[in-house]
Amino acid sequence: MNEHAPDNETNTVIAEPPLVHFEKVTKCYGPLTVLDQLDLAVAAHEKVAIIGPSGSGKTTVLRMLMTLETIDSGLISIDGEPLTHMPQGDKLVRANAAHLKRMRGHIGMVFQHFNLFPHMTALKNCMEAPQTVLGMSKGEAHARASDLLAQVGLADKLDHYPSQLSGGQQQRVAIARALAMRPKVMLFDEVTSALDPELCGEVLAVIRSLGQEHQLTMLMVTHQMGFAREFADRVCFFHAGRIEEQGPARALFENPQNERTQQFLRAVMDAV
Amino acid sequence: MAILCFGAGLWVTGFSSLRDFLPELLRGVIVTVQVTAGGAVVAVVAAFGAALARLYGPKPLRWFASTYVEVFRGTSALVQLFWLFFVLPHFGLTLSPLVVGIAALGLNIGAYGAEVVRGAIGSVGRGQWEAATALNLTRAQALRCIILPQAFVAMIPPWGNLFIELLKATSLVSLITLSDLAFKAQQINQNTLRTAEVFASVLLIYLALSLLITVAMRALEARAARGLRRGRVG
Amino acid sequence: MSKVWDWGYAWEAFPLLAEASIITVKATLMGFVVALTVGLLFAIGRMAGPMWLRWTVGGVVEFIRSTPLLIQIFFLYYVMPEFGLTMSAMVTGVIALGLHYGAYCSEVYRAGLANVPKGQWEASIALNLSTWSTFKNVILPQAIPPVVPALGNYLVALFKETPLLSVIAVLELMQTAKILGSETFRYVEPITLVGAFFLVFSLVSAALIRRLERHLNASPGRRI
Repeated sequence: MNEHAPDNETNTVIAEPPLVHFEKVTKCYGPLTVLDQLDLAVAAHEKVAIIGPSGSGKTTVLRMLMTLETIDSGLISIDGEPLTHMPQGDKLVRANAAHLKRMRGHIGMVFQHFNLFPHMTALKNCMEAPQTVLGMSKGEAHARASDLLAQVGLADKLDHYPSQLSGGQQQRVAIARALAMRPKVMLFDEVTSALDPELCGEVLAVIRSLGQEHQLTMLMVTHQMGFAREFADRVCFFHAGRIEEQGPARALFENPQNERTQQFLRAVMDAV
Repeated sequence: MAILCFGAGLWVTGFSSLRDFLPELLRGVIVTVQVTAGGAVVAVVAAFGAALARLYGPKPLRWFASTYVEVFRGTSALVQLFWLFFVLPHFGLTLSPLVVGIAALGLNIGAYGAEVVRGAIGSVGRGQWEAATALNLTRAQALRCIILPQAFVAMIPPWGNLFIELLKATSLVSLITLSDLAFKAQQINQNTLRTAEVFASVLLIYLALSLLITVAMRALEARAARGLRRGRVG
Repeated sequence: MSKVWDWGYAWEAFPLLAEASIITVKATLMGFVVALTVGLLFAIGRMAGPMWLRWTVGGVVEFIRSTPLLIQIFFLYYVMPEFGLTMSAMVTGVIALGLHYGAYCSEVYRAGLANVPKGQWEASIALNLSTWSTFKNVILPQAIPPVVPALGNYLVALFKETPLLSVIAVLELMQTAKILGSETFRYVEPITLVGAFFLVFSLVSAALIRRLERHLNASPGRRI
């Protein structure tokens, strides 16, 4: 397992089996190849930021992990167990609904447009899944939900409806809601892109503190370069469905090796 | 198109014994079509009249039109049909069942049509009215040349639905002794007792007629929308 | 030379008609309950079912919406016994009304369901909610309130079509009016009273539906 491969496409040094493992994953929409033989490994407790131009396949990576999209070929595994496929005898076949549902419990996702349930209060949003999926009692779910909402700084907004909350507050509720299911891996899909600039800070602060406190494994698609540089362990630069370059955050931002990476970073920094 | 083929397919795979009572049924279809066509004309005239009266008419006319719309929308077609059929003779006005059917159903659908026409006229952008004023057209001229042609396209899909409602409502005239398709169905059923076949065939015929109306309205919409980028998309 | 309108007769007819109106209301409410249920099943079947189910339900809905209720009533009344299913006229009428308006309601439900943003479905998948929970707790509470006025309009329409049940001798308003008329040869009063009853009910329920619409759109959980 202690392999060190020199080329850009494969993993950097990992000490133990990856928590999330994409192996040669390909996804096409008709003639358009969105992901091209992608290899990606994320270690436990690692925080990976995914950056790149639009259309490079970044969001698709997250959506496939969350089983919102199917893959065309390849294999995704969580903690050594296949996600997109399941063992049948000694072969692997496409996963059925039951298998997907079981594996899905390991993943949580926060969306760009929050997707809170508008007809439920913040508290109920966070209680719904633990009650119906995990079978928690109302009391237990209530305790967990209020605790998480307090951690994201919304202890006084438990009974507010999403329409009564600001964008930043709504996104924080969405984070608490995903965490209530105690996933192993948290996915963040451009979670600040739909927010007014002055509200981004509160959401990023929550992500930072929760990430550190709960030792979460995270995959984040983001345009917040400053945050990625300072918070992520590793950054992957995507282009045209492949990882062009990846490495420790500071190293990639300060000293990008690949030309496309350099172009992208220059364009992004210029826009700031 | 798919719906059309589906309907046609069902029609063709109809029962073989269909041939026995098909001629009778077709005689009923003719009456049904007569009532539908006549009713459609009455409905369109009444709808435009009522809508324009409510939008631009003097107060008494507006009140009359509103009452017409509310009364005919608020009571059922069958009640209206029976009322005209049973009650008019008392006022000295004895009309044939065909005329009663066309009048009652036409006025009924016309009341709903009035709202469709009003809505469509209202949906033409303000800018069109302003342009007409700038060109010094009178309101009547603006309506005739500019507004109604545009409103026309928007009206076609809802009118299509109303005409299908009219077609279905014609089955009620069988209850005032008019020999339409529904009447024939009852008649043949009583004579031959081949209930399932008769009624199934009749249902299919109505379905086919509905599809015809839908196709005709789509074609009309396509023609009317040429040059105007209004109407349904795709 | 008979009078055009005989108040005495109208007064006499009134209690009989009032009694019949109860049957009318019963048929309406029962029919509407069937319609609401059937409509929701049709809509969910078309949305979440396997391909063959979607096609079948789609075909059935189109068929029902394109053919006259009168014939459907006859069909059920005369044909069902041939399949061994003999039901009273009232039950047959209620089922016919329910199926017919269920088809209309299914279109209303479909529009409501389509208006729920895709993100709600995705969030439910992300939280691993089952399909049943998703529909029950997330989707339907958002899909149904906006379409309640449209459903209400169909309740009124259904009510106005109950006179059709007179053709299978259900003793509702129209049938009673016809019987009264045929006994005395005076149709003006009974039919006019029936018409007035429907008119009043229509206007009242239209006003109620408008109030309901305002109330639903004012509650805090509404999305902006």
